[in-house]
Amino acid sequence: MFSIYKKEIRSYFNSPLAYVLFGMYIFIFSFFFLGLLLNPRGSSQFVMGGYLYQVGILLTFILPIITMKAFAEERKNGTEVLLMTSPVSVAGMVLGKYLAALTVFFVMTLLTLIYPIITINTGNLNVMPTVSSYIGHFLMGAVFVAYGIFTSSLTHNQIIAALLGVAGLFGIWFVDFLSGMFRGSLRSFANWISFFYRFRDFVQGILNSKDLVFFLSLIGLFLLLSMIVIEKRRWSQG
Amino acid sequence: MIEIQNLTKHYGPIKAVENISFSVEKGEILGFLGPNGAGKTTTMNMITGYLPSTKGTVKVCGYDIGQDPKEVKKRIGYLPEIPPIYTDMTVNEYLSFVSDLKKVDKSIRKSQISDVMEIVKITHVQKRLVGNLSKGYRQRVGLAQALIGGPEVLVLDEPTVGLDPNQIIEIRKLIKSLGKEHTIIFSSHILQEVSAVCERVVIINKGEIVAIDTPDNLSNNMNKATRFSIKIAGPNNEVSDALKGVEGVLSVEPGTNNYEDVFEYMVDSQKDIDVRRPAFFAMAKLGYPILELKSVGMSLEDIFRKLTTKEQEAEIDINSVPVEEQEVE
Repeated sequence: MFSIYKKEIRSYFNSPLAYVLFGMYIFIFSFFFLGLLLNPRGSSQFVMGGYLYQVGILLTFILPIITMKAFAEERKNGTEVLLMTSPVSVAGMVLGKYLAALTVFFVMTLLTLIYPIITINTGNLNVMPTVSSYIGHFLMGAVFVAYGIFTSSLTHNQIIAALLGVAGLFGIWFVDFLSGMFRGSLRSFANWISFFYRFRDFVQGILNSKDLVFFLSLIGLFLLLSMIVIEKRRWSQG
Repeated sequence: MIEIQNLTKHYGPIKAVENISFSVEKGEILGFLGPNGAGKTTTMNMITGYLPSTKGTVKVCGYDIGQDPKEVKKRIGYLPEIPPIYTDMTVNEYLSFVSDLKKVDKSIRKSQISDVMEIVKITHVQKRLVGNLSKGYRQRVGLAQALIGGPEVLVLDEPTVGLDPNQIIEIRKLIKSLGKEHTIIFSSHILQEVSAVCERVVIINKGEIVAIDTPDNLSNNMNKATRFSIKIAGPNNEVSDALKGVEGVLSVEPGTNNYEDVFEYMVDSQKDIDVRRPAFFAMAKLGYPILELKSVGMSLEDIFRKLTTKEQEAEIDINSVPVEEQEVE
């Protein structure tokens, strides 16, 4: 598992893709942040969490691009054979790749910490809700990465993997967006399924074990599904 | 060393490999021969544990691939048809990744990598990106990958495909020299290659074994008749009738015109009778001079054709079989 993790990390940081995405992410992040500062709305005290909530939508596009190559590229290049015929388990492969992509996302998130740090030094920041929001943000991103790894295991085409990733994640956001229009059980289902809805607890500074379990089990679910897909293909491919 | 029993792979209704059994002794180079789509790659994928089998067992050094896949995988170096290389790594980085993957002991990692690079002659390109190397070098890098970890068994799937003639000869030499220390299974659809490199040949067609033997035995056993090619100056009909009249001649293929009145005939004769002398006198009597007479052994190529096109409705040219190998896809 560790050998795969190291290889993935090297391949991420050796290619321009990671840096382009970092740059894009920070640019858009900063752009909106600036807009927020110039046109303060509502509360006099700046709420970082609300901002991270909006950035979450950006992640639905960026994270699938990071994870798209994970398994799709290996299949396309025939290097999957090397991994499968070496003494590494499928679980080790999936975990190694997941942790590597998660590390990339972690670095991305670290870069954005510059804004809360500036805000603490120059103004007023509610520290605890910001910390909990960042935890929520990271957990949500961790689910996105797991989902991206899963879509990458489905196909040998990276573009399709990325599109499936974006479609799924953005779809969930859309459900969340529309949930205001729903009534009754449909609405509670929309809220239950939505990462974004759960994220609101974190914004308010609440670390809810229910949400934590929800996120962690989703990560587990998608990684498990990836393993099953890869195993199953070995048995059925023709 | 390697024991394969009743190995079978079905893809739904398609029988890719059917009841294959053979064994490979330690230090042997076994050729795995068959037309495209015969099931060579599928079989190799099952031996190396990439694909699970529908039925049957593969045992490598006493370990069963189904029960102890890790133990088997440790002992096999596999070069698939498409070398599993990462184009964004240098040769050195790639080989250290493979060492890492195969859990080579850290203390011997460096020396092993440089030894392996020395063996396949890629030391001078070690700092270059694999993606920038030519096909021949990529193949060598792939082979180096298979050698990392010092496996006892090497499984090489069509290692010479797509190389130029010089490279092919070099890779063959390399395989032959590797055969001194490794047990090798090596697939190909090229006959000369198999007869040049291997001690024993398994011929497989449509997922089934049609023959296992040494290249020499194969050509001997198939030669029930001795075959001659004779060039004679004289009228076609008259000459071939006269040839048929010679004692011991089984059949005469009608002559093909070479030039003017010279025809070339293929004559099959009984194995224990030398027909060359009587044929000479017969022709001398008629006054038609023999310009050339040579014996033609049945090549492995003919045998292969005979074996793999047997019982097929249509004649298939092995060089242009449109059916593709059962691929990874």
